[in-house]
Order: sequence, then structure tokens, then C-alpha cells
Amino acid sequence: MTSQTLTMFKFILVKLAQLVPTFIGVTIVAFAFIRLLPGDPILLMAGERGISAERYAQLQAQFGFDRPLPVQYWEFLKGLLHGDLGNSLVTHSPVVGEFFSRFPATMELSLFALAFAVIIGLPAGVLAAIRRGKTLDHTVVGISLTGYSMPIFWWGLLLIMFFSGTLGWTPVSGRISFMYFIEPVTGFMTIDTLLAGDWGAFLSALHHLILPAIVLGTIPLAVIARQTRSSMLEVLGEDYVRTARAKGLSSYRVIMVHTLRNALISVVTVIGLQVGLLLAGAILTETIFSWPGIGKWMIDAISRRDYPSVQGGLVLIAFIVMIVNLLVDLAYGVINPRIRH
Amino acid sequence: MAAISTPAAPGTFRHQLGGFWKDFSASRGALVGLIFIALIFLVALLAPWVAPHDPALQDRSALLVPPVWHAEGSWRYILGTDAVGRDILSRLIYGARYSLSISAMVVLISMCGGIFLGLLAGYFRGWVETVITRVMDVVLAFPSLLLALGLVAILSPGLTSAMIAIALVQLPYFVRLTRAAVIGEKSREYVTASRLAGAGHMRLMFNTLLPNCMAPLIVQATLSFSTAILDIAALGFLGMGVQPPTPEWGAMLANAREFMGSAYWAVTFPGLVILLTVLMINLMGDGLRDALDPKMKRS
Repeated sequence: MTSQTLTMFKFILVKLAQLVPTFIGVTIVAFAFIRLLPGDPILLMAGERGISAERYAQLQAQFGFDRPLPVQYWEFLKGLLHGDLGNSLVTHSPVVGEFFSRFPATMELSLFALAFAVIIGLPAGVLAAIRRGKTLDHTVVGISLTGYSMPIFWWGLLLIMFFSGTLGWTPVSGRISFMYFIEPVTGFMTIDTLLAGDWGAFLSALHHLILPAIVLGTIPLAVIARQTRSSMLEVLGEDYVRTARAKGLSSYRVIMVHTLRNALISVVTVIGLQVGLLLAGAILTETIFSWPGIGKWMIDAISRRDYPSVQGGLVLIAFIVMIVNLLVDLAYGVINPRIRH
Repeated sequence: MAAISTPAAPGTFRHQLGGFWKDFSASRGALVGLIFIALIFLVALLAPWVAPHDPALQDRSALLVPPVWHAEGSWRYILGTDAVGRDILSRLIYGARYSLSISAMVVLISMCGGIFLGLLAGYFRGWVETVITRVMDVVLAFPSLLLALGLVAILSPGLTSAMIAIALVQLPYFVRLTRAAVIGEKSREYVTASRLAGAGHMRLMFNTLLPNCMAPLIVQATLSFSTAILDIAALGFLGMGVQPPTPEWGAMLANAREFMGSAYWAVTFPGLVILLTVLMINLMGDGLRDALDPKMKRS
């Protein structure tokens, strides 16, 4: 192994080791969740209808509430590592299965939202930095500040009122028109419709994606535009950029090769950090657009007092955010060698 | 505002305050934000005198009346009425009381808690620091709104639960900032001097170090304030925050949702007020950051 791969390997190991305490902490939070509910958790889950003594004992055994806490935690952790987070109280099917059957819908929405944010935010930030102090710069800064301050649940309603109500251009809810039935393969509606070779269905899926993706992508768009602008400005002030200009390179070349590439380092980190934000935003966006993803599923679970589902959702979402943050850290280490040491 | 300039030696205090004000007011956006926020606070404070109607009063003869600029609108209900005939303007004015006071409490709780934990972590280092930062990492691993929702589910939906939940979610940012600032300041001469003069742990932490770490914390407080307004409204919108018929902005939006097609005003105005308030606080925060902390200044 060369010394460079060795450093990289060590870097990855250190990052992974740092994750262990957080991982344990997350499992403790999720474990504590059901046990912190005021009153008897089983009676609480049963709701107002009450519960038979038989079912009570059954649930008591299922959750292991009759055993000492450390044993309960150990059982919970064992189940978790085997991919078992218990069953939903409403559907009685495994929470993990319920979660992952809905996860592709959220992921598809989030990816489109992120793509929207990057495709518009990045060039907007670059242009604003190049035209610093001009009208274009002020416009970009103003719009991104507004986007950053946006209550996205209201933004979604406004867009629905205008594009779906007044203009009648886009559908109000769901992932695809009722006319189509697509056998789920990947769970990504846009990919599954293409696999089925059904163009009409594909367009319908895209059509349903537009508004939710814009709504969910608005805050990341604002953050990315702002970050791109400020890191571009920072790099534009560096000596090597001045040298490049002095060498007589075209300003296009200076901006694209010397500035943008270096400015992108911090932008990539910021893009990665949007994932947690996207998952939080998905809760609101999915509620507004009746999007059948994990955000809506969590809200339904909370209002139905389906506590095992809420617990499982908390743990799985936290894991996903942790894993993505780890990947961002590693990517950062790859593109910015200074950080590895 | 006086606390901001405490790092100054007593003799130059006025000078520093003047310098801060000069930097802050140099940004037109920051000034506009400050004036707007002051106005909103004033309106919230004077709600019983400013609001044209009782926010809970249902006028059965005026259901979903449009705003005054419509042919069917009237000066009686300037921004129109909702589905049960309540005046939207009055509800927005009273709603400001809830949004602002809950958010202020959120900032107060998370700032005090965060400063305390951050000071402990940065001052004592060692295992104290490890435990505190690890716990904060766990809080940060959850998307904020999700964690708040989970907590609200435990505490049962309502004003207090929403407040506690959002304060907890904001806590790590204050802890991290305080810790970093304390670590940076701890090795400076004035701290050593103070220790040699016989200052104890408490005095060193709260009297010597804290005042010199305040600048980034004040900027973070404005940021937290705007985030808190958004999160409170989001919880209200999801039915997990302030419960109806309390005129909270997010809950108003949720109620108006089913009349989206017929009464745009019931949806538009509550959201617009949220957006404007948050935007103005953020403008003010940008100005504060530029004036207080040249290192953090955005180019």
C-alpha cells in the first residue's frame, strides 16, 4: 500500500469510529422513546377503545416491558441489528418493511428537489459572484434570502393554488395518474415507468413530481446559491487567481478552471448537508402533496399513535442522515487532501 | 444591546457601541429588518387596542368575506374573514403574540442551556467535553422537525411541548458555538491574569470568558429566532403545535387549507406574515453578523 492510500484508509477508519457513539446514542433515544410516553405505553397505544387482558399480556411480552431495562435495551439492539424493529400497531406488518417500501418515493422526490436546487442554485451563485454589486447580484442575494426564509408548507399551497388551481397545469397530489398501474421494480416511479416502456406513465410521473420537487428544493436552492456566491468571491480574491489573470488567461478559463473548481469544495459539503434538511422538508412537502413517502408515513404514524412505527422511523431516518454525512465527509477528504491529515 | 459591546474596556464602551451602530446601520437591509421587527413586536404588544375585532368572534353573517379591494369586500374586514366568520387581520395580530413569545422563549431556553453546556465543555475539556459533544451529535443526527415531532408525540401536542421540543432541537448550535469560542479565548492573557488574581471556576467561566464569547452567540440567537418561528408554524400546520382555535399563524394556514380554491386570502395572508417576519429577522441577523464579527463577514 502506498502511503497515500494508507492515509485515506486511516481517515475512513477514524471517521467510522467517531460514528459509533452517535450510533449508540441514536439507538438509546429511539429505545427511550416508547418508554418515555406518559402513562402505560400499551394502554396508550390501544387508544380509547381499551384492550382485552389477553392482548395486553401479549403486547407486554412482545415489547418485553416486563423485563429489566438493560435487558430490554439489549433485545432492542439485537433486533435492530437483525433488521427487526417490531410491527406496526395499525397494519401489523414489520416496521422495516413499511419504511423501505415508502423510502424510494421520498428518495425520488429528494433527488429531484436536490437536482432542481443544484441546477439553478450553482449557476446563480457563480453569476452573482462574477457580477458582484450589480443588479444581478442583488437579485440573486435577495431571492436566496427570501427562499431561505420561506415557510415551505405555505409555498406549496401557493404553488398549488396558482399552477393547479388557476392554470390547471399540474396535478394536486399523488405520484402518478390513476389511469396507470405500474408494477414497482425499483420503487422510483420515473424509472419503473421507463422500464415498463410506458411513455404516457413516465410523463405523468414527471408531471406529478414538478411542484413537490420545487417546493422541497427551494430552501436548498437558496443555501447553495448563497454558499456558491460567497466561496466564489473568496477564491476570486486568492493570489493564484490573480496570477492566472496576470498570465493573460481568458476570464472564462480563470473562472471555470481556477476559481469554480476550488470554490466547489465547500459547495459540495453544503450540498451534502442538505440531506437532513431534505428529509425534514419531506415531512411537510409530502403532507401537502399527499406524497406516499416516509414523511407522510411518519405523520400518519404519529397521529394514529402507532408508536413502534414512529420509533422505527426515527432510528432509520437518523441512520440514513448519519450515513450520508459520513459519505460527505469522505468525499470531502477525497477532493480536499489537506483535511486527511 | 449593551451586552454586545462588553468586551470593550470600560473607558471605550460608548465608542464601541457607536462603532457597532455605525456598522449595523450601514446595511439598509438590516435597518429595515430592525424597524419591521420592532413594529411587529409593538403590534403584538398592543394587540387588544390595535386589532379591529375580537380574534375569536365568529360573525355568522360574514363567512369567507374577501379582502377590502374586492367588490364584495368591506372596510369592516380589511383582510377578509375565514370560514367561520372571524376577522383574519385581528387573528394575524393576535397570532403575532403567540409566534413571537413562543419563539423568544425557545431562544431563551436553548441559549441559556447551550451557553451553560458549551462553557462546561470548553472550560473543563476532558470527559465533560466528550460527553456533552457526543450527546449534541446525537441530537443533530435527527432532522430537526422530525425530532420535534417525536417529542411532541411524547409530550402530547400543544404550546408548551412545541416550545420545549424546538428549544431542544436548537440547543446543539449554541453548545458548539460557545464551546468553540471558549476554547479560543481560554489561552488568552486576560484569562490567565484573571486566574492568577484568584478567580474561581465560576467567575472565570461566567464573568471573564462568557462576555467575550457573546458576539457569535447573538448572531446565532437571531438565526434561532427565525428558525423557531418557522418550526412553530410548521408544527401548528401539521396539527402538532398550538391547538385551534388559538390564532397561531401555522394553525391558521392549516384551517384555511380546505378553502384554498375559494378563499385565497385565508391561505395567503398568514403565510405572507410568516415569510415577512422570518425574512426581516434574517436581514437583521446578517447586519448583526457583519457589525459584530468581522471574521464571519460575508463578502
